[in-house]
Amino acid sequence: MNKLFKKYEEKLPLKVINDIKENMPKNISEAKLKRILEKTVIEYNKMLVEPGESVGIISAESIGEPGTQMTLNTFHFAGVAEMNVTMGLPRIIEILDGRKTIKTPMMEIYLTKPYNQGKNIKRIALSIKETKLNEIVSEFVINIAESKIEIIFDEVKMKNIGIEYPVIQKNIKTSFKELALSKKGNAIILKLNEKEKEINQLFKIKEKIKDIYIQGVKSVTHILPIKKGSEFLIVTAGTNLKKVLELDFVDKTRTISNNLFEITNVLGIEAARQAIINEVFKVIQNQGLNVDIRHLMLVADTMCATGSIKGVTRYGVVKEKSSVLAKASFETPLKHIFNASLVGEVDHLNSVVENVMLNQPVPVGTGLPGLITKVKRD
Amino acid sequence: MNELYLNGKFIGKVENPSEFTEKVREARRNGVIPDNLNIYYDKRVEDIQINDNKGRLRRPLIVVKDGQPTLTEDNIKKLQKNEILFSDLIKQGVIEYLDAAEEENAFIAFSREELTKEHTHLEITPLAMVGLCTSLVPYANFSPGARISIGSKNQKQALGMYAINFPIRIDMDVNILHYPQIPLVQSIMHEVSNYNKHPSGQNMVVAVMSYKGYNVDDAVILNKASIDRGLGRSTYYRPTIAEELRYSSGLTDEISIPDKDIKGYKSERDYRLLEGDGIIFPEANVIEGDVIIGKTSPPRFLSSMDQYNLAPSSRRESSVALKHGEEGVIDFVLITESSEGNRLVQVKIRDQRIPELGDKFTSRHGQKGVVGLIVDQADMPFTASGITPDLLFSPHGIPSRMTISHLIELIAGKTGALSSRYIDGTLFDVEPEKKLRRELLSLGFRENGVETMYNGITGEQLEAKIYIGNIYYMKLKHMVANKIHARARGPIQLLTRQPTEGRAKEGGLRLGEMEKDTFVAHGVSLLLKERFDADGTVIPICESCGMVAVHDKFRNKLYCPICGDNVEINFIEISYAFKLLLDELKSLTVHPKLILKNKY
Repeated sequence: MNKLFKKYEEKLPLKVINDIKENMPKNISEAKLKRILEKTVIEYNKMLVEPGESVGIISAESIGEPGTQMTLNTFHFAGVAEMNVTMGLPRIIEILDGRKTIKTPMMEIYLTKPYNQGKNIKRIALSIKETKLNEIVSEFVINIAESKIEIIFDEVKMKNIGIEYPVIQKNIKTSFKELALSKKGNAIILKLNEKEKEINQLFKIKEKIKDIYIQGVKSVTHILPIKKGSEFLIVTAGTNLKKVLELDFVDKTRTISNNLFEITNVLGIEAARQAIINEVFKVIQNQGLNVDIRHLMLVADTMCATGSIKGVTRYGVVKEKSSVLAKASFETPLKHIFNASLVGEVDHLNSVVENVMLNQPVPVGTGLPGLITKVKRD
Repeated sequence: MNELYLNGKFIGKVENPSEFTEKVREARRNGVIPDNLNIYYDKRVEDIQINDNKGRLRRPLIVVKDGQPTLTEDNIKKLQKNEILFSDLIKQGVIEYLDAAEEENAFIAFSREELTKEHTHLEITPLAMVGLCTSLVPYANFSPGARISIGSKNQKQALGMYAINFPIRIDMDVNILHYPQIPLVQSIMHEVSNYNKHPSGQNMVVAVMSYKGYNVDDAVILNKASIDRGLGRSTYYRPTIAEELRYSSGLTDEISIPDKDIKGYKSERDYRLLEGDGIIFPEANVIEGDVIIGKTSPPRFLSSMDQYNLAPSSRRESSVALKHGEEGVIDFVLITESSEGNRLVQVKIRDQRIPELGDKFTSRHGQKGVVGLIVDQADMPFTASGITPDLLFSPHGIPSRMTISHLIELIAGKTGALSSRYIDGTLFDVEPEKKLRRELLSLGFRENGVETMYNGITGEQLEAKIYIGNIYYMKLKHMVANKIHARARGPIQLLTRQPTEGRAKEGGLRLGEMEKDTFVAHGVSLLLKERFDADGTVIPICESCGMVAVHDKFRNKLYCPICGDNVEINFIEISYAFKLLLDELKSLTVHPKLILKNKY
């Protein structure tokens, strides 16, 4: 039986073969199975895109046409405690341009089994959020006479987030090595050295201390625990996928960021390709439009083909084109032509635009096949 | 302290703003200061704006004092007897014009009944809220504002009689409607503005129904018999002008029948309609290409010798001929002098325009549409009393646009036609629909305006009762005859060798970038090539330097201006625009080298 399947591995993709394997009754006869496989091959070949089909332009038209109907502005939900996310056309442009910095970086953090049940969810979320000293302080008291700064902490807030005094002391110590630290009740007292007994120095230090990093994941500015189905997950504004994946309560298989470049760096280009498809598809579905996902796959493939994300701009995908004329016909023609003339580039007229410019048959569809025959030369 | 501004410039401060503004207004009403001055006190920012400059939209209102309008019965009587004028009322301070700013300070009563002590002004009539064109829409207060605006805009494009001396006027693009009618459903403004002296539409019998689907998407269907009787018939006038220009060399143009040996002589046939003076005669039937005014000009560039040797053969032809697709009858010839003292000839051409498929018609309610089908009267549906409609209007145009006034006009028009009187549809002051219905009933018709109708082709009774009545329809100036355009072959541009653009130049219809993409998407490569072949050329290329070579056809020799004649030169077939691109690259000091390869 397996021998038979092996034979078809050249004719069918592995997934189709595996599907057939799984769904076949145990006692099927070899002849019957062969008939099924034969029929599958015929159906499979029927579904393949024909050689010479201009898939690129069809994708462009298929995405572009509904794109004209997309609403330009996102709905803003006034008063709802939800973060505003770039959606609609601006988001699609952002993705396809391959922007390095996006308008609203976000993460969806899924949690492992005991943590995702909602117990202590707020505390877990707060521990992910980047906390600065300022946020847990209730009052700064400056004693000019003794050149001391007394930091009085809000212990309720500290308990909510789960911060202990030693952590704070350690963090202050690493940032301000020259200060003398002492703890007294719910306050930490900083004393300046003899050398720096000036008053303005006191205030400067106070302002600097406010920004000391205490705990959490850096650049995660907001957190929002939400319930999705039967489990809880955390949505964040600001991304830091690498650091989040290092936390032990995070489900590393499902947690995702919407920053494509971060995904490329942390998870690799294949993950980024999938992220492009997911993100664009999400927007299109949100707008109530219907675009076949294979068009998006083609775009994502093109953007990721070089191993890094290339936007559909003159600096990205278009730059990779081999034809001088095709590049020149897109944007900044003179730049491309001068650069080509400096190195003596040759345009082999292998693609569509160049051939339209020269009015030659474009190598797609009926223009693709040629005749192979021997021409007698005299 | 409140700041005082005159036309936006700071001029001083005022201590008691309310008292100050009241004083200014009182002075204006008493004629102490000009009546085109407006004052506005803004309580929020505590400043006073006085404006008497141009460009402010102002409207007249009756001044109210202590809850009583200053306009008295006596005033009205005198006005009616023409003893005083409207301008006298302004001088008396009874009526004043407010601009948008001063209106903010005013409290304006809609009608006399709702006047209270607080009111400062009273509307002369609610109709004064809208402009002239909008006030010509009957029953306008029953339709959405957007539709009323569209309706009033459409009326400006309607054909009528723009001036009664039109036969002796020379204007561009003039249309005159042949049998204009006074609208059956009117507003007071039709009488006031003298619209009834030069109406621009016709009262048509309209049935609201579909007919074989030829009135979908806002199309209308016309009755052939009605058109034959003159419905929607108009005349289009267009002048052609020729001037005997003087040139700096002392030479002049000459209006005459050109000699045969002149440069650019057309054919004898083209000049056949010209009389001895080189000008066409009135009532001549002309078609495209016919010369209307024969004219010759001196040569464009004179060398020093030519001045003394002016053979007529060096003059060139510059006659005015009818352009592609134009035809008509010569209506009027005018020979006069231009402001520079040159002889000036103006010829007016007339063309009768009978309604045809695609001509645009509209009612006064923003319900415009083009003619979708012209039906013989025999095939038109008819009522029990034998009436066939002039126009069929699709009911699908109503629900989304909500033009109720269009529907009411139909009933009002029907009542007016049957009782031989005009119906008043003045905005906010209309004859009530209920009254119309009662009257219609008493005239022996169904009060809701529907009638039993019969299929004109089979004679069968139509299952539904059809809403039928009279609506004032107008023919708009957008006529197919002025717009129709197609081309197979024709003129090309000198520079690019591509077809010219636009109807006037008999141009091609552009297949643009996105249209090209659809060809590529379909994979119809060779069709695309054929479509873009309009500027295809065959040029010789030197295989050594890759540039365009020379083909000397007289000696049948090929050579390259750079490499000489000892190189291989081959012909290639490309679009001329690409050759142009190569030339432009050369001018940018880029050497575009063509490398030839055998295709097979």
